Order: sequence, then structure tokens, then C-alpha cells
Amino acid sequence: MRLLFALLLVAMPLGAQAQDQLPPAPYAYRQLDDPAQERAAQALMETLRCLTCQSQSIADSDAPMAGDLRHQVRTRIAAGESPAAVRTWLTQRYGDYISYRPQVSATTWPLFVVPVLLLAAGFLVLRGRLGRRR
Amino acid sequence: MRGWRLWLPLAAVVLLLGLFAVQLSRPRDDFVRSTLIGQPLPAFALKPMVPGQPGLASADFADGKPRLLNVFASWCVPCAAEAPQLAALQAGGAEIVAVAIRDRPQDVAGFLQTYGNPFTRIGADDYSELQIALGSSGVPETFVIDGQGVIRHQHIGDIRDSDVPDLLARLQEAGG
Repeated sequence: MRLLFALLLVAMPLGAQAQDQLPPAPYAYRQLDDPAQERAAQALMETLRCLTCQSQSIADSDAPMAGDLRHQVRTRIAAGESPAAVRTWLTQRYGDYISYRPQVSATTWPLFVVPVLLLAAGFLVLRGRLGRRR
Repeated sequence: MRGWRLWLPLAAVVLLLGLFAVQLSRPRDDFVRSTLIGQPLPAFALKPMVPGQPGLASADFADGKPRLLNVFASWCVPCAAEAPQLAALQAGGAEIVAVAIRDRPQDVAGFLQTYGNPFTRIGADDYSELQIALGSSGVPETFVIDGQGVIRHQHIGDIRDSDVPDLLARLQEAGG
């Protein structure tokens, strides 16, 4: 048991070496001083995808790159850019993939249209059956 | 009339299973590609990463010569793995410039000592700012930049032996 523990202690720094040694970016873990700006930045960060973890938003992720993205978002918002402009700047680089906000586009429109069509079809079938019963 | 309708649910299930089979047999592709291919590099000026070697700025790409821009870090394991391929690219006539992501000078110096230094310039990107501006989502990545500073191609992940001829061809294409 003690040997296992010692082995673990030896192995731990090795794993840590795959991480960078630099401190996080200034605004990775620091909120903006202006509460309104911080609220806007936070709302935006919750709808931006972390690129290295991919299933988390950059607001939720502790990946170094997510921290750097938060720094970018906060400094841009602090400089007076609108959240929409920051989102556009990022999607110009990474495509729609970086944004969690659903967007109607050439590839996604069936997602929005099909439920409406199915509902309408269901309604028609229901009306047909109820009508027949009367 | 009723006969063929009986088969409809089965047909729907078969169609669905077919869709699953097609999607499952596709190789997994998690890459987030940059959407800046065909567009000029963003304006940037990075300080030198190691003493004795110049930093990197967007103006360095405007001299008519195509280059490879390698995004790497000393703490990144696959970056060490692609060192022989970078050396092969350099031997094949490629000029390679680099940006080191979130790195310390002493770490990069040690990395270059161990794995070789195929780079003519290395810029320091402490907060991944250039990486984000390039639409790059990890290390290592390698961009082909033409002589006018336009991004022509993005290679994601470490460069394998089989990628070397392709990258040299793309570089040639960017020069012509």
C-alpha cells in the first residue's frame, strides 16, 4: 500500500508536465470591475464552446485555452465591443461550432421546420380520427 | 391497399438503422477547422520567444516567400513527435516560422536543444491570442502561408511522415 502511494507520488509530476507552466491570463479568473459588463461577458461565455474540451462552455472549463478565451471575451467587452460582435469575431475564425446558440442556417433549418411539420401532421391525423368517431 | 402500408413501420426502422450504420462507420472527426483559409493573416506582432532568435509579426510574411507557420509548445507531447518531420520539411526547402503557445523561454530553449530547431523565427503567444485569431484550436498545428500573407492550408495535429510531401507540394503551390 505504501509502495503504491510512493509510486503515485512519483508518477504525478510526470502527468503534470503535459500542462503549460505559465500563470492564467489576467482575466481568465478575474471578473470585470463593471458589473453590467461582467454580466454581459458571463452570458456570452456560457454560450461559447471550449475548443479543447468541446462539451463544455468556456465559462465552465478550466482548460488553459478556455481561460485565454475568457480573457479575450472580457477584454473585448471591457473595451466596449458588443457581445454579438465578439461572437461574430469568433465564428469568423472557428465557424458556427464555437457558438452554442442555435442558428438557423442552410444546414440547420430542417431542425426548426421538421417539428412544426410533425406537429401539423399529428394534428391532422388526430382531427381525422376524432372527426370519424363523431 | 392495406398490404403495402403494413410494411411502412419496418421500412422506417430499416431506414433509421441504415442511417446509424452510415454515421457509425464514418471515422471520428473532432477537428475544429479554421474558417480563415483563403484569407490574409490577422495583424500581429509577437515578441521573441528565445534570446538570439527574432520574434514573429504579420509583416514578416509580406516578402513574396511562402512559409510554414508552426503552432507549438514545449509542454506539448505531439509537438516533440513531429520534430523529425519538421526537419525533413526544412531539408526539403521549406522556411518554417513558429509561434510558441503559453511557454517560458527556458522551457522552449530546452525543447529546441533536445528536438532541434528548424525555425527561423519564434514568436511568444502568452495568452493564446494569435492562436485564437488564427482559428487554431490546439497544438500542434501547421499553417501554409503564401508570399502575400494569405493562409492557404491548415494541418491539424502532428505532422506524420506521409504528410511531408503534401505540405511541400502545398508550399510550392502557394509560391507559384
